[in-house]
Amino acid sequence: MSSADPVEIFRVEAQELLEQIEQGLLDLSHTPGDKELVAAVFRALHTLKGSGAMFGFDALAGFTHHCETAFDRVRKGEVVATPDLVAAVLNAMDHMRALAEGRPCDAHVGDALLVELERVVAAAGGAPTAMPAAVASAAPAPGDADQGAGLKTWRVVFTLAQDVLINGTRPLPMLDELRDLGECRIRAITDAIPPLEALTPTHCHLGWEVEVTTDQPRSAIEDVFMFVIDDMTLDITEIGREADPAVEAPPAAPAASVPPQPTTAATPEPEIASAANGDAKAGRADASVRVPAQRLDELMDRVGELVIAQSRLKQIAGASQDMNLRSVAEEIEHLASELRDSMMSVRMVPVAQLFSRFRRLIHDLSRDTGKEIDLITEGETTELDKTVIERLADPLIHLIRNSADHGLESPEERLAAGKPAAGRIILAARQAGAEVVITVKDDGRGVNRDRVRAKAEENGLLAPGAVISDAELLQMIFQPGFSTAAKVTNLSGRGVGMDVVKRTIEGLRGSLELSSPAGEGSQVALRIPLTLAIIDGLLVRVGPERYVIPLSAVEECLELTPEQDARSTGRSVLTIRDQLVPFMRLRSMFNTKAPPDAYQKIVVVSTGGERVGLVVDQILGDHQTVIKPLSVFHSEVGAFSGATILGDGGVALILDVGHLTSEAALSDPSPLRAAS
Amino acid sequence: MPSILTVDDSASIRQTIKIALSSEGYSVAEAVDGADGVKKADAGAYDLIVTDLNMPIMDGLTMIRELRKKPAHAGTPILFLTTESDADMKAQAKAAGATGWLTKPFDPDQLVKVVNKVLAR
Repeated sequence: MSSADPVEIFRVEAQELLEQIEQGLLDLSHTPGDKELVAAVFRALHTLKGSGAMFGFDALAGFTHHCETAFDRVRKGEVVATPDLVAAVLNAMDHMRALAEGRPCDAHVGDALLVELERVVAAAGGAPTAMPAAVASAAPAPGDADQGAGLKTWRVVFTLAQDVLINGTRPLPMLDELRDLGECRIRAITDAIPPLEALTPTHCHLGWEVEVTTDQPRSAIEDVFMFVIDDMTLDITEIGREADPAVEAPPAAPAASVPPQPTTAATPEPEIASAANGDAKAGRADASVRVPAQRLDELMDRVGELVIAQSRLKQIAGASQDMNLRSVAEEIEHLASELRDSMMSVRMVPVAQLFSRFRRLIHDLSRDTGKEIDLITEGETTELDKTVIERLADPLIHLIRNSADHGLESPEERLAAGKPAAGRIILAARQAGAEVVITVKDDGRGVNRDRVRAKAEENGLLAPGAVISDAELLQMIFQPGFSTAAKVTNLSGRGVGMDVVKRTIEGLRGSLELSSPAGEGSQVALRIPLTLAIIDGLLVRVGPERYVIPLSAVEECLELTPEQDARSTGRSVLTIRDQLVPFMRLRSMFNTKAPPDAYQKIVVVSTGGERVGLVVDQILGDHQTVIKPLSVFHSEVGAFSGATILGDGGVALILDVGHLTSEAALSDPSPLRAAS
Repeated sequence: MPSILTVDDSASIRQTIKIALSSEGYSVAEAVDGADGVKKADAGAYDLIVTDLNMPIMDGLTMIRELRKKPAHAGTPILFLTTESDADMKAQAKAAGATGWLTKPFDPDQLVKVVNKVLAR
C-alpha cells in the first residue's frame, strides 16, 4: 500500500465515502433528527470535497461543496433534514459517483440538481443561499439583525513575508476569512511588485488594504493572521463606528462585484499590469524635487560636522579595546561615508546647464567680431558640484571670449591659411578621477610666443633675454598685469586678465594649463575638483604638525632611505621605475625644527602631468576631510587650500598640491625638466 | 531521522503526505482519526504531527487538546492540514496549541517545506 498511487486510493476512498453518505442519508430519512447521522454525512461530504480537490477532481469537489454547505446548515440546525432534502442529496449522489469515477457528465444535469437542492433547502427553512458564495454563509451575514449597532469599520493593511507562499500560507483564504467577518472592500497594494526582470515568481509581492465592517472585535481580525503574524506587517485601524454611507457600496454590489476583483487579481492580473507599468514607475522615480540650494548647503554642513564627529569616534574606538564600540565606529564610518557620497551626488548637476549659456555668448561674439564661430560642446552630462558650476561661469566666459577675440582669425585669414572660414571653439568636459577637466579649445592661430615675450618684458615680468621654457613662457599669460591684446576690444580685456581666471580656478582648488602647439590653435584645460566640501585625504605628519594631502592627487607612497636622504640636501630627485621624480622636503618648507624621523616617507603626488614627491615624517592614514576655508588673513598663503578638524580636535592644513608642484617648477625648474 | 505522525480519515491524503515526507527521509506513521492519533502518539515518540480537523470518532481539535494535556506531547509541533479556513476554528486550534495551519488542497512540496521549517526551529 505504501507505494500505491494516492489518486487510485482516492478512487476507492470516494466509493467508500459515497456509500457512507448514501447509508447515512437513507438512515436519516427514517430518523430525521439524528445529529450523529447528520454529522457523519457532513463529514463524509467534507472529506470527499477536500480529497477530491487535492487530487484534481475539481468538478467533484465543486459539486460536493454545495451539498456539504447544505448539510452544514442542517448540522447547525438552520435547516431541517426534510425527506425532500434527503432525496435531493441522494439524487445528487449519483452525479458525484459519476464524477468520482471519471465518467463523462453533463454539467447541466449537475446544475439542475443544485437548483433543486437549493429549492428544497429554502423550503426546509433556510433562506436561499447564494450557493457559489460558499463558506461565507457560515458566518452570520452582517446587518441581519441589528444593523448599525456595534458595527465598526476597520482598515486592515497587511503585507506578508515574501516567502510566505513557500511556507504554505495562502493569502486568498485569509481574504475569505476577512470577508466572513463582514462586508469588505479589498484593494491589492501593488507598489512593491518589482519590474518583470526582477520578479521572483514564488514570492508574494502583494499587500492588501481591506476595509471591513464587522461587529466582531479587533482580535477577530488579528486571529485571521495568527499563523503568520510573526513574519508580516499588519496595521489595523478603526476608521468608523458605523458603516460610512459614502464608503459603503450599494447593498447588492459589494459581495458580488467589489471584493472578487482584488482577490482574483491577487494572482496574475496586477503583476502583469505592473510589469507593463514598469517604465512608468521608473519614470515616477525620476521625478525631481526642487530644493533651495541653501538647504543643500546647510545639509552639507551637517554632514561635514557628522564626519568630524565620526572621526573623533574613530579615534576613540581605535584606542579602545571594546569590540562593540569598534564595530559601531566602523559602521558609522561607512554610513557617514555613504551619506557624504549621497549628499555629493545630490549637489551634482550636469555641466550642460553651464554650457548651454554659452550659445548666446557665441552668437553675440560672432556678430561683434565679424567672425564665423561654431561652438561644439562635448561631455555635457559630466557632473559637478552646483556651487562649482556657478563659479565656473565667469572664467569660462572669459576664456571663450579670449578664444574668439585673440585665437580665431578672421574668415579671410582662415581661408588664406587653408582652414574653413568658420572657426571652431570646442568646449569639453570629462571626469578624471576626483577631478573634472574642462577644456576650451579653438582652432585659431594659437599663442604668438614672440608677442607674449615682448609683452612680458615690457611689463617687467621677464628679464630681457632670459632663457625660459616654452611652458613657462605660456604661463606668463596668467601673470597679473599681463595683456596681449594689441587693442582692447569690447569683449576681452576689460581690465580682467587671465590672472583673474587663474585665481578663480585656484579658489576652487583647481588648476589650469594652457597649451598651444604651433599652428594648432590653443587650449586651456581647467582641472576642477568634484566638490568643495569634503574630500578623501591622506593624513601625514611633518614634525609635530599634521597635514592633509588630497587623496586624488596621491600616486604612491615610498620610503626615503637614509642613504637617499644623505645624498642630497634641499630639493632632490628620485628615480622611480626609470623616471626621475623631483622631491621636496616639507619640513624645510615649513621650517620644522623637530628632528626628522629616521625613516621618512615620500608621498608622490601629481597634478596636470607633473609628478612631485613630498617628504613627510609619517603617513597616518586616510582621512575624510571636511574642508574649512582659511581665514581672510591666511587666504594668500598659497601652499594650503584650507584646513580641517581632526578626530582629536586638532587642526590640519590641507596642502594645495597644484600650488606646491608649480612652486617647485618655478623656483627650480631643472629637476622638473629632467623629469618630463 | 525525525518521525512524523499523520492523522487523517482520508487514506488518499495520508498516502500523499506519506509519499511527500518519506521522500525527504522522514519516517511517517498513520492514524485514521483523532482517537487513533492519540493512541499512536502515546505508543511512539513523534517529532511532529500533521492532522486533519474533521474526522470521525474524534476530531482534530479534541485530539490536540488530549495530546497537550500529556507532558510527553506538550511540546510536539502539531500542524493542522484541513479544508477548513473558518477563523473561529483557527482560533480554537491555536488556543488548543496548534503550531501551524495549512489548507487543503495542498502542494506536497509546500508541506515538506513547512515541516522542514518547523523541525529546524
